[in-house]
Amino acid sequence: MNRRLLWPALALVALLVLNLVVTPSFFELRIRDGHLFGSLVDVLRNGAPTVLIALGMTLVIATRGIDLSVGAVAAIAGAVACTHLAGGGDAVTGMVLALLVCAVLGLWNGFLVAVLGIQPIIATLVLMIAGRGVAMLLTEGQIVTVDDDVFRQVGAGFVVLPVAILISLAVLGGVALVTRRTALGMLIESVGVNPEASRLAGVRARTIIWTVYVFAALCAGIAGLMISSNVNAADANNAGLWIEMDAILAVVIGGTLLTGGRYSLLGTLLGALTIQTLTTTVYTIGVPPTATLVFKAAVVIVVCLLQAPRGAPVPRREPEVVGS
Amino acid sequence: MTALAVPRVPSRFLPVIATFVVFVLTFGAGSVRYEGFASGQIVANLFIDNAFLVVLAVGMTFVILTGGIDLSVGAVVALATMIAAATLRAGWPAWLTILAVLGTGSVLGLGMGLMIHKLRVQPFIATLAGMFLARGLCFVISEESLSIKDPVFRAVATETIELPGEVTITYSVLIALAVVGIAAYVLHLTRFGRSVYAVGGSESSATLMGLATGRVKVGVYVISGFCSALGGLLFSFYMLSGYSLHAVGLELDAIAAVVVGGTLLSGGVGYVVGSVVGVLVLGTVQTIISFEGTLSSWWTKIVIGVLLLAFIALQRLIVHRQRDL
Repeated sequence: MNRRLLWPALALVALLVLNLVVTPSFFELRIRDGHLFGSLVDVLRNGAPTVLIALGMTLVIATRGIDLSVGAVAAIAGAVACTHLAGGGDAVTGMVLALLVCAVLGLWNGFLVAVLGIQPIIATLVLMIAGRGVAMLLTEGQIVTVDDDVFRQVGAGFVVLPVAILISLAVLGGVALVTRRTALGMLIESVGVNPEASRLAGVRARTIIWTVYVFAALCAGIAGLMISSNVNAADANNAGLWIEMDAILAVVIGGTLLTGGRYSLLGTLLGALTIQTLTTTVYTIGVPPTATLVFKAAVVIVVCLLQAPRGAPVPRREPEVVGS
Repeated sequence: MTALAVPRVPSRFLPVIATFVVFVLTFGAGSVRYEGFASGQIVANLFIDNAFLVVLAVGMTFVILTGGIDLSVGAVVALATMIAAATLRAGWPAWLTILAVLGTGSVLGLGMGLMIHKLRVQPFIATLAGMFLARGLCFVISEESLSIKDPVFRAVATETIELPGEVTITYSVLIALAVVGIAAYVLHLTRFGRSVYAVGGSESSATLMGLATGRVKVGVYVISGFCSALGGLLFSFYMLSGYSLHAVGLELDAIAAVVVGGTLLSGGVGYVVGSVVGVLVLGTVQTIISFEGTLSSWWTKIVIGVLLLAFIALQRLIVHRQRDL
């Protein structure tokens, strides 16, 4: 196995073994009404939005960027879809509308980063702060509840496996195919390693940066639909709260460096599942729920420490790229 | 400002001046629109309501000047209020509680700084772990809100100081202003402060110059941790309670204030005074929205987002102009 995937994989296996020891029924799977049930399925179902957002985040981070606005974008997607449904609209149009709005938000982020050359962390901070305000504006500060069978399928539906994780895996497969079977993945990495050099080499750095931000926003949008569909409501304040942090952690645990360049989609999947398993583990092994965050902090620190000396040496801060 | 001594204002002061102009404009707009807005007490209230944010923004300025970022400040504020409330409840004297809170903040900052410098963990990730840890420790102490009944804390919280013109301020304002003064002194008149700017400008050059970059990089996180803990104490004077969910998202306000105040996130450029004016701008926006009454509170977020954007655009403009010269 790839050395970079070793630690996240070991962390995930260790967590699963820990669960098996504490609760032997953890790996039990039952089929009822043609659906799979069990703790593992729960991990997959609850982890689906994180996996999806982390996928988008991976590509953004590979271009040496970061997208802090994904949580706010997820909230906006939920708000758009639910207000459309609550106004008597159709579920499919509502979801398409939500994703269109997200694509526009992604274009906005991409414009700030690629055209105006603003640092990604700040460019997306704007939308992270303002985006929740916009979501509140759409829902008029209320929690909009909906009741629609089609919409419910996205987050809570089952086709043997939960629909949510199937969507996430389909996106993962699609991205892997598009970026690894074509030159796109290498172009993304080259932009992350040195935007200026890759531009001079004829890579359309600007278009690529724009593409990854739109993709990240679309992923966030679908995740937002899952989150709000799962609870049949749009909560502008709490939907996707801190999910950007989980997603960034998933990417980092998966071995992709925040300094851009090489990325690993499989690593991100492992990272996201590790984080979700961690959350589930905390409940199953009886760590008091109050200590969840301490436990999470400890695992993050340990994984970072394990990766630090073994991964590629972290380069010193690169000098400002002139005229980027 | 020293700009008076030279015929042309150096462009490095432009962001701070622009922030100040925006502050005057927003405040002026409020004064024209609402009766009783343009009073000394409203200005004093800006400081009273945002004293903790001023202290946080000062700490954040140090970190951002070196090109780092500290996401843990909001969580450390919450932890500070929890430790204060819990230890006071256990019967500790007020001075011991204050020492314990400040010590905890500094140690957390030290830990994150060492992680960043020695283990080369990205500041973003290291302080994110710090944020989880601090928030988690809050929940371990107590899930419920603990009220503070200690007479010393109550006295500091409620006592006011009369200024000429029937304006009153609290002790928190004095503490915050003292922190700003000390920070400005340290940044501009000490070896450590100059090194902070040098590391932010170019870490490798600073190392080659023989500056103690390691000490500076760890030091700024200790300062930020200390400021967060102090901000937490001011916050507990303000709220008179400790609660795990206090100050959620406060780190974003602090970062926004620093950026609006003209500090570049790439490090090396910026002033503490700018961050203070940044806090005042955010505070004025909030005050105007509460005066308006019909506007809902979420407009605050949208306005802050727009302000942030405007200032980044302005900074880009200035940086481009400097390159052209």
